[in-house]
Amino acid sequence: MTDAPLLDVRGLTVEFETDGERLRAVDEVSFAVRGGEIVGLVGESGAGKSLTSEAILGLIPCPPGRVTGEVRLRERNLLALDEAALARIRGKDIAMIFQNPTASLNPVFRVGDQLHEAMALHLAEPRPTLRARAVEILTRVGIPSAATRMRDYPHQFSGGMAQRVMIGMGMSCVPSLLIADEPTTALDVTIQAQVLALIRRLARESGTAVLLVSHDLGIISQMCDRVLVMYAGRVVEEASIATVFRAPAHPYTRALIDCLPRTEATAQLGTIVGVMPGLRALPPGCRFHPRCPIAEPRCTKETPALRALGSGHRVACHLASNGAP
Amino acid sequence: MTALLEVENLTKHFTVGDGLVNRLAGRRSTVVRAVDGVSFAIAPAETLGLVGESGCGKTTTGRLVLRAVEPTAGRIRFDGEDITALRERALLPFRRRAQIVFQDPYTSLNPRMPVGRIVGEPIMVHRLAARGAVPERVTALLEMVGLQREHAGRYPHELSGGQRQRVGIARALAVSPRLIVADEAVSALDVSVRAQILNLLIALRERLGLAFLFVSHDLGVIRFISHRVAVMYLGRLVEIAPAAELFRRPLHPYSQALLAAIPTVGDGRTSMFDQPGRLIEGELPSPMNLPRGCRFASRCPQRMARCREVEPALVSAAPNHLVACHLYGDENNGQGAAAPVSLRPPGPEADTAL
Amino acid sequence: MARQLDVEGGFAPQATTAEPTLATGGLRRWWRRFARNRGAVFGLGVLLLIVVMSVFAPVLAPHDPLAQGVGPPLQRPSLDHWAGTDSFGRDLLSRIIYGARIALVVGVVSVALAMAIGVSLGLAAGYYGGWLDIVVMRAMDALFAFPIIILAIAMMAIMGFGVVNVIIAVAVGFIAPFARVTRADVLAVKEEPYVEAARLAGVSGPAIIVRHVLPNVLAPIIVQAALRVSGAIITEAGLSFLGLGPPPPTPVWGSMIAEGRNFIVMAPHVSTFPGIALMLAIIGLNLLGDGLRDTLDPRLRR
Repeated sequence: MTDAPLLDVRGLTVEFETDGERLRAVDEVSFAVRGGEIVGLVGESGAGKSLTSEAILGLIPCPPGRVTGEVRLRERNLLALDEAALARIRGKDIAMIFQNPTASLNPVFRVGDQLHEAMALHLAEPRPTLRARAVEILTRVGIPSAATRMRDYPHQFSGGMAQRVMIGMGMSCVPSLLIADEPTTALDVTIQAQVLALIRRLARESGTAVLLVSHDLGIISQMCDRVLVMYAGRVVEEASIATVFRAPAHPYTRALIDCLPRTEATAQLGTIVGVMPGLRALPPGCRFHPRCPIAEPRCTKETPALRALGSGHRVACHLASNGAP
Repeated sequence: MTALLEVENLTKHFTVGDGLVNRLAGRRSTVVRAVDGVSFAIAPAETLGLVGESGCGKTTTGRLVLRAVEPTAGRIRFDGEDITALRERALLPFRRRAQIVFQDPYTSLNPRMPVGRIVGEPIMVHRLAARGAVPERVTALLEMVGLQREHAGRYPHELSGGQRQRVGIARALAVSPRLIVADEAVSALDVSVRAQILNLLIALRERLGLAFLFVSHDLGVIRFISHRVAVMYLGRLVEIAPAAELFRRPLHPYSQALLAAIPTVGDGRTSMFDQPGRLIEGELPSPMNLPRGCRFASRCPQRMARCREVEPALVSAAPNHLVACHLYGDENNGQGAAAPVSLRPPGPEADTAL
Repeated sequence: MARQLDVEGGFAPQATTAEPTLATGGLRRWWRRFARNRGAVFGLGVLLLIVVMSVFAPVLAPHDPLAQGVGPPLQRPSLDHWAGTDSFGRDLLSRIIYGARIALVVGVVSVALAMAIGVSLGLAAGYYGGWLDIVVMRAMDALFAFPIIILAIAMMAIMGFGVVNVIIAVAVGFIAPFARVTRADVLAVKEEPYVEAARLAGVSGPAIIVRHVLPNVLAPIIVQAALRVSGAIITEAGLSFLGLGPPPPTPVWGSMIAEGRNFIVMAPHVSTFPGIALMLAIIGLNLLGDGLRDTLDPRLRR
């Protein structure tokens, strides 16, 4: 792992123009991912985490969207590239898998063919080699009888198996970064565990960095090295896993952790009053202040910037300090 | 104490592929045994959590209990009365005493009806209040679930997911039921909203003495809200125990696998995903093609020869703790102490941790 | 959870996704969207014009439409007679204005009748299913198989002429489409959890249909109705053209066009002006129908 980050996101902003209004769904998001790291992006629905990951790969239709800022993959700014250049990067340097694997697979083509095509786009190897590789990949992701299964169609795969196929496709060209957007939300618990274990194992084995987007703090805590907490379009906290669960600094992070039902007995679940604001009704100052138990007048006027709290620990809160209230 | 709800050998089979074309083509139809001989009981004011993964039949069981789906076999007894075969008109009194809360707040409310009418409709259907008194009742119900009087005039799309779910709960409470079937009632909500709704349900059950059949795939939620928990796999019950007991000492290998697979908040140093052998392998067998013997055998790390031959019965492995597994039934020559047909819920002395 | 680029609610299904529908007070919002479609606004204008012409015909028409000899026969458009005169010396403009009445009445009433019957059949067939569904839909299939004109001709032959009979004949032809569209949506709506909730609360079948199903299938039905009005008018015009409509001397666009057939070379205005009126009415109503569909049908949103 070198010191220069693999992916460097600076001031990423995503806006949408609709009905004459301009709404900002992702607001000046900045973070970095180092080679081989597994970074989690956590937040509730509407926080902007999926949009952030889609913006990185240029998947947001513009118009009506508008993406500004910098997304540097090694030294190149992805936002400045044209579609052709981006297409060369997608699948090869950065791969992405989504929540619903069957939506990402073409139902009228055999799975083996789709896997083969994905590789043929980026790897200049002869067909038989790629075919053999495809079987090898399917086996590696845990699909039994891979050679036979290559000839099956997507609908013949269960959700978990289909997601394994997607992971196989994503890792087929050994990308430097894999973006996984809620990859297991639609899967059963035991299958989810298998799929996550697979992602983690493959990533570690090939040194691929992972950006894991999820709303599930439990998954994040077991999968990731570091985590970014998003709220209403902004990053409110960034820390290592150990730190964020031992000493969360942002009130939202703390509340989120409290809300989790555990498998030990608890009398009452912590709650957060209210709901995350919609894009049309963003509060001034700190966006969390209407729901924050320790909000002060300052919080309603000044938007807190992300500042360093310790090594690798950043918080966007006026009142946070290490080991704070 | 007499059980509020008693379910005996409840079964629901769906036939697939028996349409005209298939029949003409000479293809045999297959039977999906969605719920296959399930028995349990719920005491008044008790919450039974019903947990399992997709295809286990928990949702169908919830529907069967309310007669929203017709059982293929088995008996349902509510408050001592056998309601299994009653016709719709005769079921009306039952409909007052058992209600449902749905999973999806976005489709469980009529988009063209204002909230007040949604909540008021059951009151009017059962003539529980004079016409003029209905708005008062509606306001009381809305306030009980944490909404305000003003919400009565709003339409569902003007409310958030959490608020809509509250409306659904108010609607269920409108008839003052004794049992509520909560079908993944918080699964579609965000974590912080989920917590609010769960706290609300607990407050309500304490206040109103409600019993719940709480169907969910989320073990954390089940643990939090249930007094007892029943685990289902491919249409059958594999384990029933008081909540604390089940989570502390799961006996059935499937329950153990489920619990091991939940990503709980860890310490950041070790990952459950790095521990081989901890997580269970394999996929669910097809519900249309069930294997012989124990349905879990194909994935069970502790399977024995018997397991592929004989399906284990639900037997008592500890006080109030029933398991369907040969590991716990062998002392009686594989017969096992057959589970009493109507399973009495534990008395007040049992460990119902809350 | 389906991921859609729905910007309205700020990508937060939890936050208030305020996209009010027409029935729920979003009238102003709906109008803004509707007004953006110029064709639809034109259509609305046409409809208003036809209504005005029908209602205020006695005031607007310069002459008595039935009075013969108010001008020389077959006279070209002039200052006295803006649309000229027909072979009986009747003022064409007055006849066209009065003709709007029949067009409007037949168009609207026949569609309303077809809607009342067709929607009821569709609701019952869709909700109750079973043999009722089979019987009704097969009957609709049979009805559907007949071209409306043939059906109308057959009915007129049996019933005789007159405006009422025309209305009935045209209505019969439109029952099947309404039944089908209704039934299709009913099948979808009846699976929704809120319908099941009503059932489980003990609400009776008919009450569920009226309170829960009907309001939620109304939008596509209204669109259908708007689109069908033009079809009804054209059918009526066709029948009149063939001589099966209201008997002369009633001013009806279809028969006016037929009357002018014989003079098409020397006095084309006799057929042309009613023809233009008919054409404008049809185009306008179709555009209006399209506009309504685009704004009312929730499936086509964005």
